[in-house]
Amino acid sequence: MSEWETVIGLEIHAQLATCSKIFSGSATAYGAPPNTQADLVDLGYPGVLPVLNGQAVRMAVKLGLAIGARIAELSVLARKNYFYPDLPKGYQISQYELPIVSQGSLEIVLEDGQRKRIGITRAHLEEDAGKSLHEGLPGMTGIDLNRAGTPLVEIVSEPDLRSAKEAVAYMKKMHTLVRYLEISDGNMQEGSFRCDANVSVRRAGAQKFGTRAEIKNLNSFRFVERAINFEVARQIELLESGRPVVQETRLYDPDKGETRPMRSKEEANDYRYFPDPDLLPLKVDAALIESVRATLPELPDQKAARFCSEYGLSPYDAGVLTASRELADYYEEVVRAAPADPKLAANWVMGELAAALNKEGIEVSAGRLPAARLAELLKRIADGTISGKIAKEVFELMWSQSTDADAVIESKGLRQITDSAAILRAIEDVMAKNPSQLAEYRAGKDKLFGFFVGQVMKATGGKANPAQLNELLRNKLCG
Amino acid sequence: MALTREQLATIATLARLELTPSEIPVYQESLSRILEFVGALERADTANVTPMAHPLPGLTQRLRADVVTEVDCHERYQLNAPLTAAGLYLVPKVIE
Amino acid sequence: MSALHTHTLSQLAEGLRRKSFSSVELVGELLARIEKSQPLLNAFISVTAEEALAAARAADRTLAAGDGGALTGVPIAHKDIFCTEGVRTTCGSRMLDNFVSPYDATVVAKLKRAGAVMLGKTNMDEFAMGSSNENSFYGPVRNPWNPQLVPGGSSGGSAAAVAARLVAGATATDTGGSIRQPAALCGITGMKPTYGRVSRYGMVAFASSLDQGGTLTATAADAALMLREMAGFDPRDSTSVETPVPDYVAALEEPIAGLRIGVLAEFFDKGLDAENERCVRAALKVLEGLGAKVTQASLPNLPLSVPVYYVVAPAECSSNLARYDGVRFGHRCENPRDLNDLYRRSRGEGFGAEVKRRVMTGTYVLSAGYYDAYYLKAQRVRALINEDFARAFNGVDVLIGPTTPTPAFPIGAKTSDPITMYLNDIYTIGANLAGLPAISVPCGFVQGLPVGLQIVGPHFSEARVLSAAHAFQRVTDWHTRIPVGYA
Repeated sequence: MSEWETVIGLEIHAQLATCSKIFSGSATAYGAPPNTQADLVDLGYPGVLPVLNGQAVRMAVKLGLAIGARIAELSVLARKNYFYPDLPKGYQISQYELPIVSQGSLEIVLEDGQRKRIGITRAHLEEDAGKSLHEGLPGMTGIDLNRAGTPLVEIVSEPDLRSAKEAVAYMKKMHTLVRYLEISDGNMQEGSFRCDANVSVRRAGAQKFGTRAEIKNLNSFRFVERAINFEVARQIELLESGRPVVQETRLYDPDKGETRPMRSKEEANDYRYFPDPDLLPLKVDAALIESVRATLPELPDQKAARFCSEYGLSPYDAGVLTASRELADYYEEVVRAAPADPKLAANWVMGELAAALNKEGIEVSAGRLPAARLAELLKRIADGTISGKIAKEVFELMWSQSTDADAVIESKGLRQITDSAAILRAIEDVMAKNPSQLAEYRAGKDKLFGFFVGQVMKATGGKANPAQLNELLRNKLCG
Repeated sequence: MALTREQLATIATLARLELTPSEIPVYQESLSRILEFVGALERADTANVTPMAHPLPGLTQRLRADVVTEVDCHERYQLNAPLTAAGLYLVPKVIE
Repeated sequence: MSALHTHTLSQLAEGLRRKSFSSVELVGELLARIEKSQPLLNAFISVTAEEALAAARAADRTLAAGDGGALTGVPIAHKDIFCTEGVRTTCGSRMLDNFVSPYDATVVAKLKRAGAVMLGKTNMDEFAMGSSNENSFYGPVRNPWNPQLVPGGSSGGSAAAVAARLVAGATATDTGGSIRQPAALCGITGMKPTYGRVSRYGMVAFASSLDQGGTLTATAADAALMLREMAGFDPRDSTSVETPVPDYVAALEEPIAGLRIGVLAEFFDKGLDAENERCVRAALKVLEGLGAKVTQASLPNLPLSVPVYYVVAPAECSSNLARYDGVRFGHRCENPRDLNDLYRRSRGEGFGAEVKRRVMTGTYVLSAGYYDAYYLKAQRVRALINEDFARAFNGVDVLIGPTTPTPAFPIGAKTSDPITMYLNDIYTIGANLAGLPAISVPCGFVQGLPVGLQIVGPHFSEARVLSAAHAFQRVTDWHTRIPVGYA
């Protein structure tokens, strides 16, 4: 195996889905015109002061509970001091020595099905910075502070990840979790869920960690995987040629598929953290914790386990179906309406439905195909009205015409032919029309069976019941 | 506690303050003097004393309700801005 | 009727209610006095004459209708550190020379609601950093008692304005003594309330855990009136306390017989001018004569209060002043070459020397490798000082002593060595570190220059501190003295 071991720690920044900002009453909605959602507090005007949004605190506590972490009874908001145009006050209000959440974990499932516990060192509250825009401004950069002050929770994992794939699995799991908890919409295109990866390598069996590089602002699962793989290869090449890995911050260039050092920002930055004197220590008492605990939904792992036991699904299938709460809820609604075959329902939700959703780039919550309708389609398969194959055709039409299964079956006359006499007539007809193939089959060319199946299906417009067709055809061909 | 020129330069950089060459020794001296003066703190016995960040002991942070209370006033606010365009605050180009 | 400018704030409020004179008349007279005094005293940075007269007219209408608040029609001034909507707010700095605030500080809004009429913004040491008002971009303020001398700082403008009877009351801020010390050097009454008593929203931050807004007036009764209107919980300030505001005016006549006064050994050290000490001890005798009991007290860690302050305050200010970067408001250098140049030159040009000194000191004491030895250490000693006060207040109701070690000193006399200047605050800083309410009242003269007496109380004991000061002022007349040329 490899003589090198990869060590990865992920820092995930998730924007909390509050209505207003963490320290001001500005709106947090995405996409507003520049600086129209930046009040005096967000702008860092002389004389303004921060006041903490209680909902952000509750959301951080909710996350802490979901990852089995310790919730600090007293935590401190601290200033992280540095100069950057998207940071209006010249400091970011964050948490340093005493974060609100610490010592949690998340379990991921590896490719071979094994489970691995990834430690989470801490999760803390902080404010987001604004945005820099470079296009259309020759020689200048434009600063939009709408995003400045949006609440973030920064989730720091232990360096427990050992491959890009593990990192992606962890990131996906966390992404699912924050959406389950409804503390973040996890929208990576809009920047609600961002990931920094700390990557280092060491000789297999070594005790100490190697020097790490930090890759910032990875905003897709694919980029995370590619960036880490590139970085690992880069570091190994350096070390194997006797050169050291420099501790630095790097960016991933998706067009070139490589990481490169960041040119600005943190040349030897000393953040001079100290407790923010404008804010008092944050107290989270048992009452608050319990009131948040009462709002915890069934968590993804619990739900997946229940799907396995209740619906007889494989862990893989359960995992796919519980990747989002909406999809899981949809699936369960389908099964409630068509309880006879949960596995069939799973196949259709993960298969046809998922494909159709992906093609249109929408989520199940868009409501294109109500669960009740899909359930109905499944019932028509179960009761033999249509075959599984025809059902796919019916599905397409249900989807495009926004109508139900029965309507399609009727209008297209897709009812399965289960009348043995009719099927027999079709078989005899096909046999009569294909004497040479018949002769070859009877002479021993077995694989022509499929040819006859195909011909009968064609003659019956695909509607012959496959099981009956098979049996009758076999008898007829041999007889 | 004498500050070297390099130390002063580092501090001035961290604080983003442009100092002229003639100013540097002046600040070196006054800062060294101040640091020497506050060095008296070293003598105090503060073993097991919790640092006092706030003069209101025992008080904890009040939590605000999650409601939007502010409206768009950017036109008024940007009257104070040295340089804007299309609603954006402008700075010399920053390359990442 | 004596000239209006000699009336106290309380007398003016009463006179206006009685319609003995109008606000327009009063405002007009004071604006004329201000204009005449400006070339010499330089107490004001901005005079808002038009707005003041308009507000005065509105106040007169309100009073005519029989309505009005506690201060309707009463002219005041605001230290130029308080944001005032639509009016230039400079903090005495080139950095904010062009800054017109889009909002009112809570203190400004409250006083407006009480009916007060703002005449202008007063001069101050830049960003409240100084003890002599020699650090202002707009030139020094002169002491009305002797124009060669400093009025004290950082609220030098507000103090000079009240001492010269240009206004009967002015807001000010106190971080290490910036209300009390100028009050002492100018012969007036300066009140710093408990930390958290008055909202800091809109009061441009210097050192957030030390800053408090307060009053400069001729008398303690005036301070009580103004403070009652200024104080109170503000949801926009996380460090604002919800403790209800007592009626300080109603509590003024509380007798002080039996009041236990602690006299701090540390306040009577070798730095205290002998004549200042004489005035202070005489004042203590007066209080004893009223029935107060004087005992010895000690705050053993108090001598370290100045070093603590000059670690904590610069640390906080280095961070608070990082927002002044030439991007969204304030001074911006010409033709910046790049971002770094924008920051360095805008800030280098915008800030004066003392501000730069403190920003750099603060940056240093927070930096890696020094944080524990300086900042954390200072906050630990601060805790010790706080404990000292708490222990002292177990046995006494108030602590009394001198406000400053010397009377007013010449302009330029202490500017060569920062430490010499810093030691002016040696008696005042402790109350800021512990967040305690403290007042300075005039208690005598040394060669024609005022001496201040400081009264410090436990947290939220403003009523008692004010009533003790008021009791002293009922039997003395130091607070009625007006400098020659301004009477």
